[in-house]
Amino acid sequence: MSPVDTLIRRHRLRAVELLPWIIAVGAFFAFGDYLPLGSQILIMILFALSLDLILGYAGIVTLGHSAFFGVGAYAAGIYAVRVSGEPLSGLLIGGIAAAAVGWTSGMVILRTQGLALLMLTLAVTALLAEAANKASFVTGGADGLQGVDIAPIFGVFRFDLFGRTAYVYCLVVLFLSWLVARHLVHSSFGQSLIGIRENVARMHAVGSPVRRRLLAVYTMAAALAGVAGALLAQTTQFVGLTVLGFQRSGEIVIMLVFGGVGRLYGAFVGATLYMIAQDQLAKMDPEFWYFWIGLLLVLLVMFARGGILGLLDRMVRR
Amino acid sequence: MTPALETVGLHKRFGALVVANDINFRLEPGARHALIGPNGAGKTTFINLITGRLPPSAGRVFLGGRDVTVLPQAARVRRGLGRTFQINTLFRGLSVLENVALAVAEREGRGGDIFRSAGSRRGVLEEAYALLQRLQFAEDALTRVQELPYGKQRLVEIAIALGLQPSVLLLDEPAAGVPSAESATIIAMIEQLPPDIAVLIIEHDMELVFRFARRITVLVQGRILVEGTPAEIAADARVREVYLGERQHG
Repeated sequence: MSPVDTLIRRHRLRAVELLPWIIAVGAFFAFGDYLPLGSQILIMILFALSLDLILGYAGIVTLGHSAFFGVGAYAAGIYAVRVSGEPLSGLLIGGIAAAAVGWTSGMVILRTQGLALLMLTLAVTALLAEAANKASFVTGGADGLQGVDIAPIFGVFRFDLFGRTAYVYCLVVLFLSWLVARHLVHSSFGQSLIGIRENVARMHAVGSPVRRRLLAVYTMAAALAGVAGALLAQTTQFVGLTVLGFQRSGEIVIMLVFGGVGRLYGAFVGATLYMIAQDQLAKMDPEFWYFWIGLLLVLLVMFARGGILGLLDRMVRR
Repeated sequence: MTPALETVGLHKRFGALVVANDINFRLEPGARHALIGPNGAGKTTFINLITGRLPPSAGRVFLGGRDVTVLPQAARVRRGLGRTFQINTLFRGLSVLENVALAVAEREGRGGDIFRSAGSRRGVLEEAYALLQRLQFAEDALTRVQELPYGKQRLVEIAIALGLQPSVLLLDEPAAGVPSAESATIIAMIEQLPPDIAVLIIEHDMELVFRFARRITVLVQGRILVEGTPAEIAADARVREVYLGERQHG
């Protein structure tokens, strides 16, 4: 087989890539009591997946990704309160609003790199969080946005008490988003992002419009994060200020690092394990559960660079 | 004939320090031209001014007769300006083939393709692979750059630049840091560069310079001291003074 074929083959869908979906569908039937947690996990996977596009592929180090999650959540929430409870248009509004914020802030902050960029991502989130706090006449401020009432999907599927509809809704949205993200990272565009991550000076020297590429992926990742936020707003029928908080930005990075950065499936593994660990640890040790998460992260970073998937990779290769 | 590359009155100062002083330089199509000079003469600055990494304080840069002075780096590359780096500037975690393919994709304007499927990358990869075969580098196509010995990494530098099919190629000390036993393959690759590319090489290895170049420009303290054929340069008293003087101090 020629080296060209080998590289092309790497883009093909492998059987193992279907595993998350089999598990997700299986979980629907196996863990009927846990579906609300399941929906939360699916939402965080989508959020982490959107982060992987910019952090893992393009190498944009950010601690402000919750900005887009929060904007998506508020946009969808306010849309439901003020305009219409129709969920799909709400999702779209959430994605578009987040993309708009991503594009606008990206225009300014992507001129910088490294620590300056990191600080600016934090600053954007802080600005938005404060704006949401102050604009309580639309956002509900510190009390949160009340009265988010979501109509049945297609006018047929009601959001039930057990979270069945919500789970399937989140799963379908995640699946479609995954299709997009997967296509993206395997395209020439996605390869050029990896080039930018690996060596930005060389990408300039081969004539790549680096800033435009970064802005494009930043906007797309913002849109996906916005959709994730919109899903949260719609399925929990509430939006609180925490959607824009530093903690959420930090947590999503931790989830992605847990799973493995720059491999698309790190988001699936990391978000799932983190959310389940959080749920279990909070039950066992309600006061100190965050300590255990921290300890786990320290161990993982010290002994398993590349996250859990990186660890698996090395075990398979041996 | 229109020069492949020309600078007119190129000037660069950092505060009071003048690093490029009124440089008028012509690179003819298909040239084999060397730029030499003692350390700190401003050779790399000159390269950075040509490629657009640095903006000049005054003067103009022409590429194929067109003024590119205000164009950003990437736009100059798309107009045929390729370069290599003195210090390896590679996609270390990617294979050699992927390194070259990134350059080919950008040249073909495919680097931003989002909507086409991954299989459409075949054309780009085939072309990159064909280039590696021509350079007798095909057996390392799937090797990650960081796993290659240093000398071969220097070859990847040149291979990426050739993937751009440049009309002007700037080689910034291509053999830098390579032990002389391994430099033969680099010299061989440089000597086999397509004859239609105008090549400007910066190099300290005088043996390589005099073997390769048909014209030599000597840069001293940001200024062109003299330009001529290798024989003229070798015989030039001022050049000798610069180099011998340096040697006496060293």
